[in-house]
Amino acid sequence: MTSSLNAYLVVAGLLFAIGFFGVLLRRNILVIYMCLELMLTASNLALVTFSRFNNTMDGSLFVFFIITVAAAEVAVGLAIIVALYRKRHSVMSDELTSLSH
Amino acid sequence: MILPDVLFVLFASLTLGAGLLVVLSRNTVTAALLVVLSFVGISGLFLLLDATFLAALQILVYAGAVMVLFLFIVMLLDVEKTSHILPKKVSLVLSVSALLVMVIGVTYLLMESPSLPSVDLMPLDMPDAPLGFPAHAKAFGYALFTKYLLPLQTVGFLLLMAMVGVVVLSKSTAKAPEPTSETK
Repeated sequence: MTSSLNAYLVVAGLLFAIGFFGVLLRRNILVIYMCLELMLTASNLALVTFSRFNNTMDGSLFVFFIITVAAAEVAVGLAIIVALYRKRHSVMSDELTSLSH
Repeated sequence: MILPDVLFVLFASLTLGAGLLVVLSRNTVTAALLVVLSFVGISGLFLLLDATFLAALQILVYAGAVMVLFLFIVMLLDVEKTSHILPKKVSLVLSVSALLVMVIGVTYLLMESPSLPSVDLMPLDMPDAPLGFPAHAKAFGYALFTKYLLPLQTVGFLLLMAMVGVVVLSKSTAKAPEPTSETK
């Protein structure tokens, strides 16, 4: 009963909600970035679930590409955070407000 | 209860519990390690869905490479002294209400709605079928080099661009003195 399509989708949706909660709540940019990764992984879980229950390969291949792109994205994003920390000496999002008027 | 159901509950609660603790933990290093734990749970769910290759990738790439990179950066930046500030009241209220709305919406849509029929997991009829569900790495290789050849090349080029971009970004912006005349 538990290993049905709906159960996996509920887990994926709840994980996405938790990641969204973290993005809104936390002010440390690194933790926000980790929560973004959690949201990305939740969408991966939904894709694999639909792929398995449809018995097609496209969802799984899509997850393969998402994992690759996410690895590249994490590398670039962390390099940006390090460059930002060098310039501003802070990773708290409410101290990085130079673009506000 | 049979074994897959027990394992499903175990891995799902591991994933969700670790994910919630990531948000609530004060220490950034602890948060990174809890993300690793959550990814291990996701990998277990992938195994229950017969996606063995993706489960291995999830452990190797996400829990291995990506989160180790995160831990490196967290320890390099030494951000612990500023992470004890409590969130503002308005962001607390907004985020908790957003979480409640999403949880209630997900639970209502997927548990109560009759429009989505509850499908049972069908057995893999042909595990090595050319374009069926790719349980093994062999099926992945077949699909990657036939139907998805262009995306594969594009992703390879994207990784190259990311590498060059990271080198450019992390290069020190201060002008180093030209060593050529002294070293001659």
